[in-house]
Amino acid sequence: MATALLRRFAELAATPLVPDDYLDLFNPLRPGAELRGRIVSVHPETADAATLVIKPGADWAGHVPGQYVRIGVDVDGVRQWRAYSLTHGPRRDGHISITVKAVADGTVSPYLVHRSRPGTLVHLEQATGDFVLPDLDVDPPKFLFVTAGSGVTPVVGMLRNLFPVTESGVIDPKSRSAATNAAGLDITVVHVAPSEPDSIFGADLVALHAAGAINLVARYDDTHGVLDINRLVDLVPDLHERITYACGPGGLLDALAAHHEALGLPLHVEQFKISTVEPGAGGSVAFNSGVEVIADGATPILTAAESAGVLMPSGCRMGICFGCVLPMTDGAVRDLRNGAITTADAMSGPVKIQTCISAAAGPCRLDH
Amino acid sequence: MTTITKKPDNPIAHLTPEDIEQIGIELDAIRQSVLDTRGERDAAYIRKLIDVQRKLELGSRAVLLASIFPPAWIVGTAGLSVAKILENMEIGHNILHGQWDWMRDPKIHSTTWEWDMATPASAWKHSHNELHHTYTNVVGKDNDLGYGIMRVDEDQRWHPFFLAQPLWNAVNACFFEYGIAAYDLELGKNLKIPKEKRSEEFKAAAAAVRTKIRKQATKDYLVHPLMSLPTGSFVTTLAANFVANVVRNVWSHSIIMCGHFPEGVETFERKSIEGETRGEWYVRQMLGSANISGGKALHLMSGNLSHQIEHHLFPDLPSNRYAEVAPQVQALFEKYGLNYVTGSFPKQVYSAWHKVVRLSLPNGWLATTTPKNAPMQLAKLYKMTTGGRKVRRALQARLERDARMAKDRMAKAA
Repeated sequence: MATALLRRFAELAATPLVPDDYLDLFNPLRPGAELRGRIVSVHPETADAATLVIKPGADWAGHVPGQYVRIGVDVDGVRQWRAYSLTHGPRRDGHISITVKAVADGTVSPYLVHRSRPGTLVHLEQATGDFVLPDLDVDPPKFLFVTAGSGVTPVVGMLRNLFPVTESGVIDPKSRSAATNAAGLDITVVHVAPSEPDSIFGADLVALHAAGAINLVARYDDTHGVLDINRLVDLVPDLHERITYACGPGGLLDALAAHHEALGLPLHVEQFKISTVEPGAGGSVAFNSGVEVIADGATPILTAAESAGVLMPSGCRMGICFGCVLPMTDGAVRDLRNGAITTADAMSGPVKIQTCISAAAGPCRLDH
Repeated sequence: MTTITKKPDNPIAHLTPEDIEQIGIELDAIRQSVLDTRGERDAAYIRKLIDVQRKLELGSRAVLLASIFPPAWIVGTAGLSVAKILENMEIGHNILHGQWDWMRDPKIHSTTWEWDMATPASAWKHSHNELHHTYTNVVGKDNDLGYGIMRVDEDQRWHPFFLAQPLWNAVNACFFEYGIAAYDLELGKNLKIPKEKRSEEFKAAAAAVRTKIRKQATKDYLVHPLMSLPTGSFVTTLAANFVANVVRNVWSHSIIMCGHFPEGVETFERKSIEGETRGEWYVRQMLGSANISGGKALHLMSGNLSHQIEHHLFPDLPSNRYAEVAPQVQALFEKYGLNYVTGSFPKQVYSAWHKVVRLSLPNGWLATTTPKNAPMQLAKLYKMTTGGRKVRRALQARLERDARMAKDRMAKAA
């Protein structure tokens, strides 16, 4: 009661802002704040990959190894959201980590790998994802992990949780208490990378292998040639006894899915979609009402939608008043004044656009 | 001021349609050069500014907790005044213009921002962003021209009612935020409609304004004074908040007057904007605005409306970039022989007020009045004020004839 009253009083004192806006100035990671994190350190993994250790806000609810987190970072001043696997199990210091490979022509990943600095505030959502191991208490099964490129990240999260690494190396799995149930596990990792130096966490996997924690089958495209999934059984003879967890690019996962389905084997996959929005000219614009408007590449969405009978917010109709702004949840639009493309997808989250100067550059969906 | 198309020496008569479109192309290129380099530096600017403003407000309000002590009152009131000015001008006005929407930060976005002002952000965005910025200086379309209560143009017929306009203008300056709220509601027009016939839209908007004003007043005139009660500073804190609001109001009113009112700024006729091209729109913005010259502090405190010309050309570019593009814009004015109206703050404020006073009087009255003939002129003004329409018309004709003759004499002497 007293706190509710105090809260109300603080709201009256802070209007038109809210008390949180002032508290954020001093402690953006406090309980009750929007979920954020602060970059604690950045460790290079390969020439174009790095691990970011982040201190999450007080309301971070924890995660299960293998899960991912959506993270919002300001790149060149613009808030961008991406999802990355958490590459540590829950850590004693409460920090979380993600490992990022810089994608050529990417926006966020090159920034995180090469330009992000400790102390930077980032925005977070709670961890999510069902790419997690089953309850190991019940009959620990035999696993096969297939990882390709940065697809190794959720698997490393799981392995690190099972086999903690100390300064002196991997703790001997056989000497560990039974509490983690890791001792009885039989894990094979098929790790695919373009080359050994490009292999994120290659050294970690080798160390785990040397300690007897896993059986590593490393396949480097430059020395072994591109992996043929149909010959997986040559690499993993007891393939049939294992539950497979795979993470990597779509092509590999599709091949693996077909392969496993044909053999009737269990498979869990995690795929990181890279934005697939390809701008074109014109497209359909979908609204919440179910209406779809076909708009050409030279007509503002506002005009096209109004001609089709959709009630739209509008103002100056020349791009200056921002009275027509609506969130685009998916798709691409082109600024008719200068040709600039704006895209949105599940990864980026909704992006607000001015409909009066934006033409469809492919199919789009507006939250309106 | 006379609308541009009625002027004997129309300042854009020398421009061909090709020139006008070329001006548009060149201005688009300037705009694009800012977009191409817009980024981290700009984002850091607005975030830092918001941070500083909020801390200044918190600090000032903390000092005012003991405002019973005169030094605390002075420091706190000054700090709060500055904080309120920054919040309205460089932060609120510009965020509501969508200048920072590109950052995709939901907390610094035109669709979510609310400001320390009597008028709700949504109402203001409509009347300001949409009407004023689209129809800048179009008589009868742009209500910012005199806010519907002033005589702003020689072509508007004089009425004794306008004699008091310097007074209203001063009152409006002190309570500017309420004036803006009334203006956003088009209160004058709507109050004339019988209560039961007013639109639902108006009723909803009026309710939103009442809610906003209640919240604002509760904060400044009840909650913060109550917090000062333990030191016996209730009344002094209330007074400090009132003064800070008035200081902010007078300041923003002055800056806005300087934007479109000084001599040299052109106005336009309604029919001159029919089928207007982008180039023509740009030219109207160029001629319909005036800058204030000064240092960095003036630019900051004016919300960079000291670069009113640049702001009207590019209302959605981040305000911290206006100073950068101003030399390019000015060079463009010179290239095309256009008048880049600018002057110091005192000069522009004087110029704007002079116009308010001049237009409060019948056309030609001020120009024909000298210390010697003042009693006679006053008698004439008295007659025009108390007399009927016929008297006014007759005296007006004489005034205008005298003014013309005086002008001719001056020209001959020169």
